[in-house]
Amino acid sequence: MLNIILTNTAGTPIYEQIKGQIKSAIFAGELQDGEQLPSIRQLAKDLKISVITTMRAYTDLEQEGFVVNIQGKGCFVQFQNPDLLREHKLREVEESLSAAISAARMAKLSETELLEMFKLLLKEDDFE
Amino acid sequence: MNNILELNGVSKTFAKFALKDVSFALPEGFIMGFIGRNGAGKTTTIKLILNMLKKDSGIIRVFGKDHAQSEQEIKQRIGVVMDQPFYVEEWTPADLEKALLPFYAQWDPAKYSAQLEEFELDRQKKIKAFSRGMKLKLMIAAALSHQADLLILDEPTSGLDAVARNELMEILQTFISDENKGILFSTHVTSDLEKIADYITFIQDGRIVYSDIKDNLLEKYSLVKGPLGILSPAQKKLIIGYQERSVGFEGLLDRADLREMPASILAEPGNLDEIVLRFNLGKRTHE
Repeated sequence: MLNIILTNTAGTPIYEQIKGQIKSAIFAGELQDGEQLPSIRQLAKDLKISVITTMRAYTDLEQEGFVVNIQGKGCFVQFQNPDLLREHKLREVEESLSAAISAARMAKLSETELLEMFKLLLKEDDFE
Repeated sequence: MNNILELNGVSKTFAKFALKDVSFALPEGFIMGFIGRNGAGKTTTIKLILNMLKKDSGIIRVFGKDHAQSEQEIKQRIGVVMDQPFYVEEWTPADLEKALLPFYAQWDPAKYSAQLEEFELDRQKKIKAFSRGMKLKLMIAAALSHQADLLILDEPTSGLDAVARNELMEILQTFISDENKGILFSTHVTSDLEKIADYITFIQDGRIVYSDIKDNLLEKYSLVKGPLGILSPAQKKLIIGYQERSVGFEGLLDRADLREMPASILAEPGNLDEIVLRFNLGKRTHE
């Protein structure tokens, strides 16, 4: 499921907005590996923008290793660079942990208490 | 990539107006917006393409063929919607079909019926009772029915409300979903129709100011604003359509010239409306 919401007020070029939102959808798992994206001309029509703008977004995404364009078949999500996705996920984990540390500081938890809590949660989750 | 339409150094001189060295190319599969003020030379250019006016010099190719030598063959494959319609107001869409049928070898009656139905046009109703938007759709229905590969629309948005313009955009984008087709439309007011244009050709006083990918044009120019008294005369000269008001100045700037400006200047992305306005105010051509 892919949603793309364009704005004319952000000052960000349209092709950048499309790229950003497709990338976000990939990172969020809304678009799966191998999933087909709308055709360039279909997406241009749906968004009421030019074909060239859409082409540019798709070409950039291909160069960055998020999608692959297969002539005559269409554009598919493909993680040519799995590290990219893993890196993004690692950053998400770091951010969540940092947020937990800030909250612990506010609650005046000690390091030991925080670690205890963390271990307990891991256990409850059957994390391996 | 093949050009579906190509003009090279086309000139035409009239008593009071001249079209000078007009060149542009529309590749197959794309939409070009032909913009400029009334009287800038848009309709003249279109009439030259269609050989309704004879050019003085230059080359015009449609589908890769000379527009005059292969005129009959080319016209079978062009759908034209002019500001002045070619039908009689007393006619019905059914009469229009009878009139067009002998001219087009590829005329498809079933396609015409389907298009009339899709556009919700009554086959037996007199055209004079149609709204501007309905007349436009009728012209497009006719073009689609003779299997046109190139649509040329002169001022299609004039007199259309927002709903009809939106419908027109959909029709044009559906047409262009076939990569072998092309669309040239002219307009003197920049409207929402430009959103779907891949290429922009901007004409002013019979000369082409700019013809390229629309996104490149929008990235080339910035709108600049700032307080009075911060610019030197040399800096002011760089600004296209420079205007001073009691509360500050504004104008258009080639982004490459931004480094020549004081840091306090406000620069925003340009839009087509402002670009056309500023060039007209500045009356200077940039290549």
